[in-house]
Amino acid sequence: MSETALHQAVTGGQDKEYLSFVLGDEHYALDITTVKEIRGYEQVTKIANAPAFIKGVINLRGDIVPIVDLRIKFNVGEATYNDFTIVIMLNIQERIVGIVVDGVSDVIRLSEEQVLPPPEFGVAFDSRYLHGLADVDEKMVILVNIESLITSEELGLVAPESVKDDA
Amino acid sequence: MSIDIEQFHGVFFDESDEHLDDMEQLLMSLNVESPDPEELNSIFRAAHSIKGGSGIFGFDALMNLTHVMENLLDKARNNEIAVTADIVNVLLETLDVLKDTLNAYRDETAIPQENIDDRIKILNGVINEQSTDAELSENGALPEISANTQSEGNPDESFGFFDDEPTSAGANSDDGFGFFDNEPIKEKLSYNEQAKSERNEDDGFGFFDDEIPHNSVASQTDASGSTTTETIETETGEEEQVFGFFEDVPSARHINTTLETASSNHSQSPGKQPSSAATTDLDKTTNTSAASAPAKPVAKPSSKKSTSRESASIRVDTTKIDAMVNLVGELVITQSMLSMIGQEVEGQVGERLQLAIDELQRNTREIQESVMSMRMLPLTATFNRFPRLVRDLAGKLGKQVELVLQGGSTEIDKSLIEKIVDPLTHLVRNSIDHGIEMPDKRVAAGKPEKGTVILSAEQKGGSIIISIIDDGGGLHRDKILDKARSNGLAVSDDMPDAEVWQLIFQPGFSTAEAITDVSGRGVGMDVVRRNIESIGGRIDIESSAGEGSAFFIHLPLTLAIVDGMCVSVGKQIFVIPLLNIIESFQPTKQQLKTLGNDTVLYIRDQYWPLVPLYDFMEVEDAALSPTEGIVVLLESSKKRFGILVDALVGQQQVVIKSLEEHYRKVAGIAGATIMGDGKVALIIDADSIATTYTSSQIKELLS
Repeated sequence: MSETALHQAVTGGQDKEYLSFVLGDEHYALDITTVKEIRGYEQVTKIANAPAFIKGVINLRGDIVPIVDLRIKFNVGEATYNDFTIVIMLNIQERIVGIVVDGVSDVIRLSEEQVLPPPEFGVAFDSRYLHGLADVDEKMVILVNIESLITSEELGLVAPESVKDDA
Repeated sequence: MSIDIEQFHGVFFDESDEHLDDMEQLLMSLNVESPDPEELNSIFRAAHSIKGGSGIFGFDALMNLTHVMENLLDKARNNEIAVTADIVNVLLETLDVLKDTLNAYRDETAIPQENIDDRIKILNGVINEQSTDAELSENGALPEISANTQSEGNPDESFGFFDDEPTSAGANSDDGFGFFDNEPIKEKLSYNEQAKSERNEDDGFGFFDDEIPHNSVASQTDASGSTTTETIETETGEEEQVFGFFEDVPSARHINTTLETASSNHSQSPGKQPSSAATTDLDKTTNTSAASAPAKPVAKPSSKKSTSRESASIRVDTTKIDAMVNLVGELVITQSMLSMIGQEVEGQVGERLQLAIDELQRNTREIQESVMSMRMLPLTATFNRFPRLVRDLAGKLGKQVELVLQGGSTEIDKSLIEKIVDPLTHLVRNSIDHGIEMPDKRVAAGKPEKGTVILSAEQKGGSIIISIIDDGGGLHRDKILDKARSNGLAVSDDMPDAEVWQLIFQPGFSTAEAITDVSGRGVGMDVVRRNIESIGGRIDIESSAGEGSAFFIHLPLTLAIVDGMCVSVGKQIFVIPLLNIIESFQPTKQQLKTLGNDTVLYIRDQYWPLVPLYDFMEVEDAALSPTEGIVVLLESSKKRFGILVDALVGQQQVVIKSLEEHYRKVAGIAGATIMGDGKVALIIDADSIATTYTSSQIKELLS
């Protein structure tokens, strides 16, 4: 953590921290408070009749946790699995979900002013699941509203009736 | 039919403890300025529950006090009395007395009768003082009697044994009921007893009427003894007053206990009192009291006893136990991972490691078993509500029915017990209403006039079988088939019996000629089956016309663990609950027939649908031809069918993990488990497969 970051953390500035990750060639970021842990990709147990982007379930220390491959879901990059494939375990509304990404890059700190409204189209993500865009080191980072994405009907991870409507 | 009512005492004590705690908390948080009516209602209900329970079990001292307390609370919740801080204090102190009384009953020690009487007086005083009702005429006698008690209740300094019980004395003066400052020791016993009896009558304890005179007489007789005996007589007199109006036996027993407890507290006591001591024999009571004043030490053994009881059973939040079950499941998995690794270690170290792992395996298995047993409760409590139900129902219907209970000590998971009560009740009612015939009909059929319903439970392997068997008329095959036809179900006359019986579980299915208030609306049986299936069980019926019918409920021992057969399909492992498996075999070509696009099995002179698991579960690299794999015949409550797997891996107990916790329900899958290598295996839900499977060929045709 840089000194300014440390200073901001201590003084409790309005900045929010994001975990940035890579899908194909695009840079994304999500609210770091939803991240439970980051781990390597491991063999999943396939689940019948599930869409292709739901890879299956794994055993996360006794919990049966679904794994979603966002690359398949949003058709970015190539869904290859090797020793460097990363799974970000998220903790959302007391549920644990793993998302497969090509790589995790950094923790970035952004103030509200740095977050720009998303364009209507042009990114793989539906604008409903976008929080905004930010320019970090000359790169565009897409800020994902991960909570609304994971609990969305489209992903079908959560049975509709159990979705808490606090979105 | 006699039921041993004492077995429910434990439950009553536990519940009453909870009610008292609730009341205490509610009273503490009660806003005196503007009391929440709902809170007052809750307090009232809690008091009412204790009163009801204590009335049933004959804990009359408890009942009397809660009754008066309830009166006060009733007035409070009806706004007839304004709740003040003083009243709350009085109520809280009453709770303390109630707790003492409850403990006294639990430990079978002397009831703090003085305290109870004081409390009743105080509460009545509050009611009278505050009541806007003009009931003074009725209760007007009270102050007079109280005054009597005061004037006659000479405090005898030599009886200093009340020092340990300051609650009432101290509280009384606070509340301004000054005349209680002196403990009302019953010197003038006869007078006091009469006063008490009068007061009790005034308070509306009408049921004392018959017994009070007897008590007074007895007390008066006792009072004629020497002064030194008075204390013990007071005890006995009160005990009789409390228990007198029930049978003589418990009262005698109780007095005996009191005497024994009292006497055994003194080194110089004459050993165990013979049970005849209970008969208020003057000589013997003189002996006892001569040993020394008995009342004070009673408090000591009661506290000792209650601590030992506390350790005998602890009420634990079930979520804590569930968490422990989960953790132990993890431990089992870790252990099996360790033993797999251990097998790879060679040499002397490997041997030693293996020994240690074996030890670990034994210990984990024992931990697992004991954790599982924590959730297990005997079915007795569930079964024991049925004699009453059967008696009432038989009486209402004019039938004669004898209920036989068997295997009540069979233990089953607590969560299952809660869910099995309704289906069981329904089935027992059905057996009596539809099964057992009227007495004249039974005699005409050459059967004994009195019908028999057997309710039994037994453990068979990993499942519990609860059966409801009656010797009534049996199910009417023709009626059921007719009804099925009129309901538009596909049936044929040559259906096997077992399938015909299963029809009664269809929604809206009732063959009862008339709808009674007992049964016949046709909403029952499908709910029964759904309830049973929701807890992983199934229900079978056997019936023989004219001889009776039997319902067998198969239940898993626990919801947390299932006995399963692990099978492999491709690279994946699935677990099939043993409960569903009939048999498994490698099919020959002759046993396989094609029916349109589907393959069916012909075995045991029956055609069975065949579900290839690789198709249903979308698994790649599996054995596609049935002759290369293994067919497992399954039986669910809905259908019987075979599933095709690659190979059997082995039988094992698995811990069921919920898929829904982090994902959602998946058709055909009951849950997941974690195998020894840490991988996830899915547990097959036979019922769900039976209802949801359509082969991929059919899917293609449809699309």
